Amino acid sequence: MSVREVFASAAAEHRSALIGYLPVGFPNVAESIAAMRTMVAAGADIVEVGVPYSDPVIDGPTIQSAVEIALRAGTRVRDVFAAVEAIAEAGATPMVMSYWNPIERYGVAEFARALSFSGGAGLITPDLLPEEATEWIAASDKYQLDRVFLVAPSSTQARLVSTAAACRGFVYAASVMGATGARDQLSNAAPALARRVRAVTDLPVGVGLGVSNGKQAAQVASYADGVIVGSALVSCLLDASDRDSGQQALHELVVDLAEGVRARP
Amino acid sequence: MSTETNTSTAPHSAGHFGRFGGRFVPEALVAALDELTAVYTEAMADVEFTDELSRLLMQYAGRPSLLYDARRLSVELGARVLLKREDLNHTGAHKINNVLGQALLTRRMGKRRIIAETGAGQHGVAAATAAALFDLECTVYMGELDTQRQALNVARMRLLGATVVPVTTGSRTLKDAMNEAFRDWVSTVEHTHYVIGSVGGPHPFPTMVRDFQRVIGAETRQQAQRLLGKLPDAVCACVGGGSNAIGIFYDFLSDTDVALYGFEAGGDGVNTRRHAAAITGGSSGVLHGARSFVLQDADGQTRESHSISAGLDYPGIGPEHAWLHETGRVRYEAVTDEQAMQALQLLCRTEGIIPAIESAHALAGVRSIAPELTLRLGRTPVVVVNLSGRGDKDMETAASWFNLVSESPADRP
Repeated sequence: MSVREVFASAAAEHRSALIGYLPVGFPNVAESIAAMRTMVAAGADIVEVGVPYSDPVIDGPTIQSAVEIALRAGTRVRDVFAAVEAIAEAGATPMVMSYWNPIERYGVAEFARALSFSGGAGLITPDLLPEEATEWIAASDKYQLDRVFLVAPSSTQARLVSTAAACRGFVYAASVMGATGARDQLSNAAPALARRVRAVTDLPVGVGLGVSNGKQAAQVASYADGVIVGSALVSCLLDASDRDSGQQALHELVVDLAEGVRARP
Repeated sequence: MSTETNTSTAPHSAGHFGRFGGRFVPEALVAALDELTAVYTEAMADVEFTDELSRLLMQYAGRPSLLYDARRLSVELGARVLLKREDLNHTGAHKINNVLGQALLTRRMGKRRIIAETGAGQHGVAAATAAALFDLECTVYMGELDTQRQALNVARMRLLGATVVPVTTGSRTLKDAMNEAFRDWVSTVEHTHYVIGSVGGPHPFPTMVRDFQRVIGAETRQQAQRLLGKLPDAVCACVGGGSNAIGIFYDFLSDTDVALYGFEAGGDGVNTRRHAAAITGGSSGVLHGARSFVLQDADGQTRESHSISAGLDYPGIGPEHAWLHETGRVRYEAVTDEQAMQALQLLCRTEGIIPAIESAHALAGVRSIAPELTLRLGRTPVVVVNLSGRGDKDMETAASWFNLVSESPADRP
């Protein structure tokens, strides 16, 4: 399914889409792909495959630890394509999330081509602003890939308009001013930001803000088209004593989240 | 201080220098960067602001710094060497020029807290100093490895009232300190200003920090005219992020008869993997908010840098330097740890001046360029070296390098 179809069918079921992030190669390539399959089986609609990067300035300690482990294990950028294929094969929609330098180093057009050929739906770029994205916009047009830029509570109205206009697939509302990480208390800036985005675009709005359980997912689902979860999923694997219990914890959390996005109040 | 920019290197748009520079940051920071750009532009056109900055530079930092004719050193290096004594500034380096400017801007924006990253600790000390002077809260991020190499500066910052946070991720040096400072800033941007210490980072930092450091070159130009009746033949500076270098180069950019040289930290040698020479030994990439030259592997992962000098131990370089390298206006070469330490000792023994190890890289560079300059000019060249900092902070490193504190005699060459 394309990203647009994922959101359309979720809307038809009166629910939000569940978008889950895991970095490829954590703790190694094979196990990370197994974990992504687990997420699909448990109900994730879109899987964001993270590209490990040496300087993850937007990520909190949880994701930092995971990508450090992935890099120490020798994970390469090209490993994302195997993960993307596996997710597509398992029946969910694969997207890639990456800091910009690994993509630029790979070659923007080459990356787009490989992503498209492996069945990827698009790319989420947390440190690339649309005004620096000329090359990526051209490549994503050529290979018909979705491109997702981020908006923030501090975005001006003019930037919301121009950023949303540059997006295809959905708009990523990063609703916490701060590095990534699970939070006990959800940000109250999120509903307002989602409303502001909706006012300027017809694209679906995905909200990421440290959701870590089904109850919080339901809360976010009440105003967002997509609920994005990252650190909490990574924690399942990071905190587990062994491989099986990690996969088990991950499965249970995704089931809980999938119920959450269907139980919007 | 004027805000005119030299047309040959003015950012083309949104802080680009050719294909370098720009902004590669999360959207959450864009509003703050825009605010900073606006406040900075407005401040530089406001006589009250520039007067206050000039007054601080003169009465507090001790400017203008001397341009010293180093006769004994000149004999050794085969060039008439003039030292621009930034080491005599308050806090012992050029860093104070930039920090005073940014502290004034912080106040103008109504923010109450500053954060900074530091390698050698010179910028951290300068930031802590300005925070004390301006009554701002101050947190300095410093790689754990650097807090050990530069323990004295950690104590100075704490004495000045700053909080020093040792960073334990990654290579535990300047690059990781900068990552941590960015993470802090994303969540505190409403009331906190990030005082970047060099000419790296997203727009407007490379332009703004350059403009605050331009005073070095502006003074040098006048002082050289007075001393020599003409401009020098060459200007040399060490380059890590590159703020002292761009500061002294900038007002000479259109003087095409003045050769400009930036000396990067070559560590064990650029042909080894242990160096910090982003231009000489790196490639084009994006790091910490801007496109420039970066030490990286085939996948774009940042490679660890190495230099005996904590202040140059950084895998990137300011984007304007990347551009000046590409246009050929400035020549960048690498100087090894060994060469720098020899030059450090030479300055101590000939002039009684103990330079920072960073600045010693620029001195060492003179030795390598003097013969070709002499050949080209048919006479002894006049070379200005930016002595960007003093060496007190490096005593432990120097003591162990030259074996100065062991029981055996310390008279090693």
